[in-house]
Amino acid sequence: MELFVFVVAAAMILAGAIGVVVRSHPVHAALSLILTLFGVAVMFVAQEAHFLAAVQVIVYAGAIVVLFLFVIMLLGVDRTEDIKTEPFKVQRPLAVIVGLGVIGLVTAAVVASRDVVSSRGSGLVTPDMADPDSNIRQLSRSVFGDYVVAFEVTSVLLVVAVVGTVLLTRRVKPVVEKAS
Amino acid sequence: MVASASLLGLDPISIGSLMWAPLLIILMKVVVVFGVGLVATMLMVWFERKAIAGMNNRIGPNKAGPWGLLQTLADGTKLFFKEDLLPERADRFVFRLAPFLAFVPAFLVWSIIPLGGDFSNGKDGLVTWFGHTTRVQLADPPVGILLLLALSSIAVYGIMLAGWSSGSKYPLLGSVRASAQMVSYEAALGLSVATVILLAGTLSTSGIVGHQGNFVNWHVISTGVIPFVIFMIAATAEMNRPPFDLVEAEQELVGGFNTEYSGIRFGLFFLAEFMNTITMSGIIVTLFFGGPQGLFDIPGIPGAWEGTLWLIAKIVVFLYIYVWMRATLPRFRYDQLMNLGWKILIPASLGWFMLMAVLRLARDEDWNRGVVIAACIVVLLLCVGILSLANRVSKANREREGAMF
Repeated sequence: MELFVFVVAAAMILAGAIGVVVRSHPVHAALSLILTLFGVAVMFVAQEAHFLAAVQVIVYAGAIVVLFLFVIMLLGVDRTEDIKTEPFKVQRPLAVIVGLGVIGLVTAAVVASRDVVSSRGSGLVTPDMADPDSNIRQLSRSVFGDYVVAFEVTSVLLVVAVVGTVLLTRRVKPVVEKAS
Repeated sequence: MVASASLLGLDPISIGSLMWAPLLIILMKVVVVFGVGLVATMLMVWFERKAIAGMNNRIGPNKAGPWGLLQTLADGTKLFFKEDLLPERADRFVFRLAPFLAFVPAFLVWSIIPLGGDFSNGKDGLVTWFGHTTRVQLADPPVGILLLLALSSIAVYGIMLAGWSSGSKYPLLGSVRASAQMVSYEAALGLSVATVILLAGTLSTSGIVGHQGNFVNWHVISTGVIPFVIFMIAATAEMNRPPFDLVEAEQELVGGFNTEYSGIRFGLFFLAEFMNTITMSGIIVTLFFGGPQGLFDIPGIPGAWEGTLWLIAKIVVFLYIYVWMRATLPRFRYDQLMNLGWKILIPASLGWFMLMAVLRLARDEDWNRGVVIAACIVVLLLCVGILSLANRVSKANREREGAMF
C-alpha cells in the first residue's frame, strides 16, 4: 500500500514538474505546478503529516498558484511563449551546470548515507491513530515554542516584502497645484 | 495495515484489517451520500425557484409533477440531450476539465459533515451497523474541517479556468473577479473557522459537534455570534451567491464565467452551485449550531435517526435564509466587495480570534478576569482606532491623487 501510494504520488510530482518546464503555455505550466503540489500533499499524508498536507493544498495550490493564474490572466500574457530566443546568454549553460550539480550532490548524499537509507525501519511510529490532533500539537509546540524566534523573523520578512512591493509599485505623482 | 487505515481516515471502521463487511458498509455510505446529495440538490433548485417566485408574487414552476417538483429533473434531462458546444477559441482540455473541478469539490464536502448519530449527553456519535461500529459520516479525516478550506480553494480553479479557457472576454472578466473575490474571502472564512477550532480543541468535525453538548455550548453562542456572522458572509461570497454574485452578474457579463458553456457541462456548474449552498449550510450547522445535536428529545425515534432529523431541519432553515437573501439584497459593487472583505471582515475576524485566545488563556492560567477584559477592550479600541486612521489617510491620499482609472 505504501509503495503503491509512493509510486503514484512520485509519478504525479515528476509529471507535473516536467510539465512546468516543457509546456510553453503559461497557464498550462501553472496547472502542471498544481499537479506537483498535489503529489507532494499525497506524500505528506503517506508520511502521516496530515496537517502539512492540508496546508500544502490550502496555501500552495489554493492561494499561491491562484495568484499566479490571476496575474497571468490579468496581464493578458496568456499566449504561447517563444522559448527559442534567449534573453540572457549565460542563463542556459548555467541552468545545466546547476541542475547537474544538484543531481550530483543528492546522489552523493544518498551514496554517503546508504547504510542508513537502505536499512529497513520499523515504520513510522506516530501516536496519530489514538489522537488525531497530536500532529498539530507537535507542530505548534515546535513552531511557537522551540523555533518561535525564527518563526517571528520569517513573518517580519514577509511584512517587509509586502511593504517593499507596495512601495515599488507606487508611482509618486507630483502634487498638481490647483490653478486658481 | 495500520498505516493504510490512517490514510483512509479516523473512522473506527477502517482500523484494523479491511474485511468485506466494512468495505461494503463504506461503499453503501458512499452510494447513499451520492444519491441523497443529488436528490437534495434537485429539491433545492425547486425550493429556491418556488420560494423566490413566492417572494416576487409569481407562481414559479408548477407544471412538471405535483407542485412542479419534477421541474429540475426535466431541466436536467433537457441539458443532457442538448448539443455540447465547444467554442473555436477555447482551450479544449481545460475547457472540458473545468466543470469537474467545480463539481467534484462540491460533492466531497459532503464527506466531512456528520449526518447523524447520537451526540447527546457526551456520547460520541458512534453507531453500530451489522456488528461494526462506525460514524454516520462518510469520512472523518484527521484534518477534519481543514478539508473544507482545501476543497473550497480547489473549487476556485473550476470557475477561474472555465472563464479563462472559454477564450472570450466576458467569461474572462467573470473569472478574474471570481478568483479575486474567493481568495479575499477565504482568509476571513479561515479565521472564523479557527475561532471554532480554538474552542473545540479539535479539527475533526465529529469532535466539533461532540463539543457542543447542549444549547448554551453551541458555538454560535460560545464564540459570541461574531465568527458566525463573518463565516456566513464569507461563505456566501465563496459560493458566489447573491449579493456576492459579481462573478455571473447577468447585467454586466452576459452570463459570467459560464457564458460559453452549454449542455451538461453547464449543468455541472449549475449543480455544483446549488450543492455548495446545501453543503455550506451543513457546514454552518456543524460548526456553529451543533450539527445533529437536538434541542429536545423527539419521542419515538431512536437517537441516531433523531440526529439526522435535527440536522435536516437546521439545514433547511439556512437554505431558506440563503434564498431569502437572494430575493432581498442587491448586488455589491466591486469596490464595496473588496472593502467589506479586506477592511472589515478580515480585521474583525482576526481581532475576535485574538480576543477568544486571550480569554481562553486567562481562564486556563486563572488570571484576574476584570483586568484581562479591561486590557482587551483597550487594545481592541486602539486597533480599531489605528485601522480607521489608516483607512482615512489612504482615502485622503486617493482623493488627492485623483481617480486611478
